[in-house]
Amino acid sequence: MNRIGKSLRLLLPLALVFQPSAHGAKIGDIRDTNAFEQALRFWTFQDVAVQYAVMGSILMGICCGLLGAFLVVRKLSLVGDTLSHAVMPGVALGFLWSATKDPVAIFIGATVAGLIGVGGVNLIKQTTRIKEDSALGMVLAGFYAIGICLFVMIQRMGTGDKSGIDKFLFGQAAALSASDIWLMAGVTLISVIIVAFFYKELLTTSFDAGFAKSSGIAAGFFHYLLMMLLAFAVVVSLQATGIVLVSAMLITPATAAYLLTDRMGWMLVLAMIFGVFSAVLGAFLSFLGNSLPTGPFMVLGASLVFALAFMLGPRHGLVPRRFRERSRRIRIQDENTLKALYHVLERGGFESQVVELAQLANQLNESAPEASQRVEQLTKKHMASISEIRDEKLAGFRKEIALTPTGWQRACEIVRNHRLWELYLTNAADYPADHVHDDAERVEHLLGESTVRAIERKLDFPRKDPHGKLIPSIDDMARNLGQGTSDVSPSGYRQPQT
Amino acid sequence: MNDFIPAFDFQSVVVEPWTFDAGGVFWIILMGFLANATCGIVGTFLVYRRMALVGDAISHSLLPGIVLAFLITSSRDSFPMMIGAIIAGAFTVFLIEAIHRSSRVKPDAALGIVFSFLFAVGVIMLALFADRVDLDPDCVLYGEIGFIPLMDTVSLGGMELGPRPVVLMGSVFLIAAVLTIVFYKGLLVTSFDPALALSLGIRVNFYHYGLMAVLSLSVVSAFEAVGAILVIAMLIFPAVTASMVTDRLPFILVLTLPLAFVYSVAGYHLALWLDTSIAGAMVVVATLIFGLLWIVSPRQGLIIKGIQLLRSA
Repeated sequence: MNRIGKSLRLLLPLALVFQPSAHGAKIGDIRDTNAFEQALRFWTFQDVAVQYAVMGSILMGICCGLLGAFLVVRKLSLVGDTLSHAVMPGVALGFLWSATKDPVAIFIGATVAGLIGVGGVNLIKQTTRIKEDSALGMVLAGFYAIGICLFVMIQRMGTGDKSGIDKFLFGQAAALSASDIWLMAGVTLISVIIVAFFYKELLTTSFDAGFAKSSGIAAGFFHYLLMMLLAFAVVVSLQATGIVLVSAMLITPATAAYLLTDRMGWMLVLAMIFGVFSAVLGAFLSFLGNSLPTGPFMVLGASLVFALAFMLGPRHGLVPRRFRERSRRIRIQDENTLKALYHVLERGGFESQVVELAQLANQLNESAPEASQRVEQLTKKHMASISEIRDEKLAGFRKEIALTPTGWQRACEIVRNHRLWELYLTNAADYPADHVHDDAERVEHLLGESTVRAIERKLDFPRKDPHGKLIPSIDDMARNLGQGTSDVSPSGYRQPQT
Repeated sequence: MNDFIPAFDFQSVVVEPWTFDAGGVFWIILMGFLANATCGIVGTFLVYRRMALVGDAISHSLLPGIVLAFLITSSRDSFPMMIGAIIAGAFTVFLIEAIHRSSRVKPDAALGIVFSFLFAVGVIMLALFADRVDLDPDCVLYGEIGFIPLMDTVSLGGMELGPRPVVLMGSVFLIAAVLTIVFYKGLLVTSFDPALALSLGIRVNFYHYGLMAVLSLSVVSAFEAVGAILVIAMLIFPAVTASMVTDRLPFILVLTLPLAFVYSVAGYHLALWLDTSIAGAMVVVATLIFGLLWIVSPRQGLIIKGIQLLRSA
C-alpha cells in the first residue's frame, strides 16, 4: 500500500504537467516560513511551482548530462561555455520579436544565435591563424556583449516582463511555466532518441575521427548534429540555470562520470544521474531561501558530485589511489625485509633456522629499532615470528626472528625473481653482469608467476645467477626451512623429467 | 521598433556630451581607455600563450575573492579587494592544475569546472549577504562604467589627480606597461618557446605566475567598470585584432593602445546613441572592428580566402 502511495506521489508532478492552466502559489509569496517548512513544502510537491521546478530540473539534468558527456569525451568542454554565452543575443531578439516571454520565440532565436556562434568559431579557426582558445573567447565575449546591450535596451523600453528576462542570467527554476516544461520534455526526448539511434556513429566520431572518416561516417554532420542538440539543451536550460552557468551543468556531471567509468554507455547513464541529482539539489537549495538564484546552487551540487568522484572514485579517485600506493609501498618494504632475512640465512648456509635482530639490522644498514619495526610489520601478516631469548653471556635478551612457511616461501620467490631477472638481463639482453642489480631490485616485486615460468623456460631452467649464487627452486620453497641444506641437494631448477 | 533603436541624432550623441558635461565624459572615456589598454597589454601575452580562456576563468573566479574581501573589511576599499582577487586568481590556477595533474580530467574540462564552481560560490555569497555587500549582481555581469564614483578624488602633493577608480586603473596600467617593458625579453621567450626559455635558464614559472598576478590585478581593477565576463573581450580582442594586421609582437603591443582608444570613444558614443551599457557597447565596437578586419585583411581575410577558394575550384 505504501508503495502504491509512493509511486502515486512520483506520478503526481507528471500528471500536473498535463494541465497547463494550473496556477499555484509562486515561490517567494510566503516569506515567513522557516527552512524546515520550506523543505517540507518542497518535498511534498504541494506547489505547482515546485512541481514544475522539479520536473524541469529532472529533464534538464537528463538532457545536459547526456549531451555533456559527448562534449567531455570530445575535449570540447569549453565549446559549451561559448555556446551558452553566444545564445544571448538570440534570447534577446526572440524576446523582442514576441514582445512577451514566449519560450518558442526565444528558443528559435537562441538556437540560431548559438549555432552562428559555434560556426563562427570554426570559420575563424579555418580562415585565420587565431588559435582555438582565442576564437572561443572572442565569440563568447562578442556575442555576450551584443546580448547585454540588447538586454539593457529591452529593459529600458519597459514593455517587457523585466523580471522574466533577468532570470535568464542566473536562472530561477521556480519561474518555469508549463510551456517551458513541454519544451524541455520535447528537447530531452529528441536528444535521447537521436543519441540512441546514432549511438554508434557518435561514439566512433568522438573517439576515432580518422576511423570514422574511413568507414564513411560523415564526422562533420555528427559534429553539427551534436552542436544543434547542445544548442537546444542550453536554450531550454537557460530558464533554470542561467546563461552564465549552464555550461557547468554540461561538463561537471559528465566529467564526474568520466572519472568513474571507462565505458561510454555507463558514462552516459552516470552523467544523467549526476545531472538530475545536482539539478534537483540546486532547485531545492534555492527554494530554501527567498528568491535565491537556482543556477549557482545547481553548479554547487554538480561540483560536490565532482569533488566526491575526484576524491573517492574507486579507480581514479585520489584517496583510493593514495591508499593503493601506500599498500604497495608497504608490500615492497615487507618483501625487502624477507629478502634480507633470506640473505642472512643463506650466508649461514641455512644451518640456523633463525636470524638475530642485530644481523638483520646489519644486513639492512638500519638501526635495531627500525629493523624491529619492519619485523613487526611482517609478524602482523604471519610471515615471521619474533622471540626474545635470554642470553646468559650478555646477561640480557636477544631477539630472534623465525620465518613462517608462508614467509619463507615469499622470501624464496623474491630472491628467485631477483636472480632470475639478473640472469635474464645478462643472457638474453646482453647486459654486463655488474649492471643488472639495480634493475632487478625493482622488477623482483613485479614479476608474476606466469612471467617467471616463461623466463625459466627461456633460460632453460637455470640453477645459478650471473654472480654464481643459487637460485631458489620450487623444492626449496616447499621444503621447510632448516631441513637439509643446499649442499645436500643442489638448489636451482632441475630439468623437467622427459 | 523606433522605440528600441532611437534615431541617430548627431548633435545629442556626438557633440553635446563634449560641450555640456565634458568633465564626466572625459573621465569615463579615460577609464574605458585605461581598462582596455591594460587588459590589451596583458591579454596579448595570454593570447600567444594560448591561455585566453585562463583569463576568462580568472575573471570569473575573482568574484568570491572580492565578495570575501567586502565581507571581511566591510568597505569598498580597493586594496583588500585587490588582495582578495589575487588570492582568488592564484587559487584558481592552482586548482585547475591540481585537478588535471592528479586525475585524467583534461585541462579544458578542469578549467570549466573550477571557474564555474568559484563563480557560483561568488554569486551565492552575493545573494546571501546582499545587505552587507555593496555590489550589484548586474554589475558583476556587465559592469557599469557610467556609474563609477567621480566625486571621490585622489590628490597627490596638493595636486588633484582625478577620481579614485580612474587613478587606480591608471596606476595598474602603468604597472603593466612598465613590467612589460622591463621583462619584455623574458616574456617573449617564455610565451613563444618555453623549451628555449628553460635551456637559457629563464625561470618559466616566475613569468607564468607573474603574468597571472598582473592579470588578476588588471581584471579586478577593471571589474567594477566592465564586469566579470566582458573583461575577457578586452583581454583577447586588441591582440587578435592587431594580429590581423601585423605579425610582430612589439607592433601588436603598441597597436593595442590606439585600439583601446577607439573602443572607448566609439563605445561610449554608441552606448549614448542606443542608450545601453557602455562596457557592452565598447565590446560590440571591438567585435565589429575585428569582424571588419577579418573580412578585408590582406592575408587572412575572408575575401582573400574566398577568392583563393574560387580559384582553386
